Amino acid sequence: MISRTRINRWGLFAPAIPIVLLAFSPIVVLIILAQQEPLEIGARNLRILGNTLALTGLTVTGAIAIGVPLAFATTCLRLPRAGTALAALVSPLAIPSYLGAFTYFAATGPGGEIDSLLGIAPFEVRGLLGTSWIMCLYTFPFVLLSVRASLRRLDASLVEAGRTLGLGPLGCFFHIILPRIRRGIAAGALLVALYTLSDFATPAILGLDTFTRAIYVEYNAFGLSQAAWFSLQLMLLVFFVLILESKANTVRERAGRSLSWKPNRILKTSLWTSISVIWLSAVGLPIAMFVLWLYREGASSFELSTILYSVTPAALAAICAVLFALPIARVASQGGRTGRWMLRITSFGFGIPGIVMGTALVYVGLRLPWMYQTTAMLVLGYILRFLPLATGALREGLDRIENNLSAAARSLGASPFETFRRIKLPLIMPAALSGAALVFLEAMRELPLTLLLRPTGSETLTTRLWQVYEAGYFGEAAIPGLLLIATSFSAMILFLRSERLLGLAADKES
Amino acid sequence: MLSIQNLNISYSELPAVRDLTIEVGKGEILALVGPTGCGKSSALRAIAGLIEPIGGEILIDGKATVANGMLPPEKRSTGMVFQDFALFPHLNVESNVGFRVKNPKLVDKWISKLGLEEFRKAMPETLSGGQKQRVALARSLAHEPKILLLDEPLSNLDAALKIDLRVQIREAIKEAGVTAVWVTHDQEEALTIADRLAIMNKGKLEQVDTPEKCYESPQSRFVANFLGDGRFVGGKIKEGFVQTALGQHPYIQVDTFESSSTNEVEILIRSHDIGLQIKSPGNAIIIAQAYEGETRRHVAKLDTGESIDARLPHEDQIPFGTRVQAYVKANHPLVAFPKA
Repeated sequence: MISRTRINRWGLFAPAIPIVLLAFSPIVVLIILAQQEPLEIGARNLRILGNTLALTGLTVTGAIAIGVPLAFATTCLRLPRAGTALAALVSPLAIPSYLGAFTYFAATGPGGEIDSLLGIAPFEVRGLLGTSWIMCLYTFPFVLLSVRASLRRLDASLVEAGRTLGLGPLGCFFHIILPRIRRGIAAGALLVALYTLSDFATPAILGLDTFTRAIYVEYNAFGLSQAAWFSLQLMLLVFFVLILESKANTVRERAGRSLSWKPNRILKTSLWTSISVIWLSAVGLPIAMFVLWLYREGASSFELSTILYSVTPAALAAICAVLFALPIARVASQGGRTGRWMLRITSFGFGIPGIVMGTALVYVGLRLPWMYQTTAMLVLGYILRFLPLATGALREGLDRIENNLSAAARSLGASPFETFRRIKLPLIMPAALSGAALVFLEAMRELPLTLLLRPTGSETLTTRLWQVYEAGYFGEAAIPGLLLIATSFSAMILFLRSERLLGLAADKES
Repeated sequence: MLSIQNLNISYSELPAVRDLTIEVGKGEILALVGPTGCGKSSALRAIAGLIEPIGGEILIDGKATVANGMLPPEKRSTGMVFQDFALFPHLNVESNVGFRVKNPKLVDKWISKLGLEEFRKAMPETLSGGQKQRVALARSLAHEPKILLLDEPLSNLDAALKIDLRVQIREAIKEAGVTAVWVTHDQEEALTIADRLAIMNKGKLEQVDTPEKCYESPQSRFVANFLGDGRFVGGKIKEGFVQTALGQHPYIQVDTFESSSTNEVEILIRSHDIGLQIKSPGNAIIIAQAYEGETRRHVAKLDTGESIDARLPHEDQIPFGTRVQAYVKANHPLVAFPKA
């Protein structure tokens, strides 16, 4: 498998090249766009930059403050019903943060739902602190999961060795455990930063002027080149985080015996209290609000066509993304260094915030009127953004095909085509299906890209929610909100399984 | 049946196999041995058609596979048994063995011959390493290849299992009457299973001969060291014998010896060919010993400064610092190499 003829290499790379070019095109478009007007960094720009950085900083700090202790508690302490605790703590991933923002926006403050129900108005969740709080609530599981993963790889003998060498429990935590999980914390924190930088609807709903919100404002005011300029600045921040992330790769260690300490009663009680508070704020309150609205106003305002308009482009995108991902996954596993670079370029799409990808494609659409506001355009946007999810899943499938399997099939007399049909295809099929499902679910819940690219008049679940927010008829959000939670929940389960982030599934095995 | 002529393989400029020429007769088992990185696996993969040589020719049953365009692997009738077994994970044992086999009798035959009857419907991941390798072997043999290629078939298995399985594999190959090339880095395995050994080092062939010949009269220091333990002791050729600190012995010269040059030689002495007798002054002193189970290994320092190894029966124990008389107890001639 090491030496290949020229024709074979060509066959490997040729199908991947157009896809790589396509995946890189949004960046080119943004650069062209931003060059059209002389742009400067004025006071408003600085304020937006400051807001974005402050939001990211506060969110990352908060997510670490919540995520690390809880990761430690759920991994190293012998808690009764530990599975339930973990499920409760991971479940915020099943709620897109914009749904949280939406319900908190409607529920808090004077005149909010809580005020009208109970007669007391809790503090308003708005602005920098409010947005950071919401972002923390929905992103801390990233830190929790990645720290858990490194804690599980930590061998209990290390800590025991520390104890026999004279360190107390706290000393062990600072001198042995913390240095081992630092990379886990960093990996989780960078994911949080990436998510926060890219999120559009949460700051938009809660009224914080970040880059994503400003891009949308400019887009609505036909300031496309200003939007592109903001997009480029945002991309620079994202790029910086991605570089840090590529350096923070966790080292794979052989799993040892896990730490297992017995908590006392006070610790147990306070843990369960905080877990309950977090679950109620992140998951309980949004679901309660949507159910309340459903009960109060019924489902009459919901149009069934919304489901059709959501499902069709998402399903098309899922199928295409898998087809596009196949050549990329192949070059990534067989194409050496060039192949890995090609993979990296296509992975860029996942780092491009939806609102930025939307801006780039709107510009393309304006040049190609036959594409603009068609389902095809929306599907293309989904593919470019979610292609890496499909590639990742397929690569896992290709890895199942150990090097020698095709060699074995060939030496047993099977032609290359027969080898593909009888060996490779059956082996990558499950991975392809889970990749497609992942893309489908992500596309279903994607808001900003859909908002910018959907054909006029065809509202999806997410854009319907946005309309409701803009119009202020919160009650009509009930069905779209609940359907989106169901979608996200399925996506989370799939994602945790495919990423093997040592979440719920891994716990059941042990 | 298999003829390799001047085979050259290289990976991006780095030569892996250089001018390899070997003939393998019908039904013969050739062990291709050497240390890691000696090029043995590359040679094997070239025979299978999985890598393309940069020069030379491989004839399978008289048919050229390199000239006139590379013959693809599936057209060569070579069966391959891999180190990592390479069982198709989505197919059960029966379907793995029967992959592309037209005659179901062959599948049944090899499944029963290799004792896999009870695992017929089992999926590969449920099998142990030894069972997996038997399935892989059955799969290859059921396809009736002209040449069976085995790439370190036992290196992923437990030590105890290896010894059983290598006998089983050899018997199965002999029963099938197939020509086999068996790659291994384990010299003991090679000596046991092969009709002939081909010993490779750094991409080059060092010696091809029967196991006995290779072991008893190695043609190079490399082969001498690779097959079994032994030390070199300096000596002088005199009147048809070689004279060393251990006495006077009959000898044979390696082929590379240029007789004219010198009478200074080094002879190879295997540890089981040496005897020790407690005697003062003697000719050596015990400097180390280690219990090995059946035997006890003694290291003695000759008065000339050279060290020798002697394996004595385990009940013989000579304490550290004892003066001994070391002598050669073997009756066969010793192999003499030109002095390094």
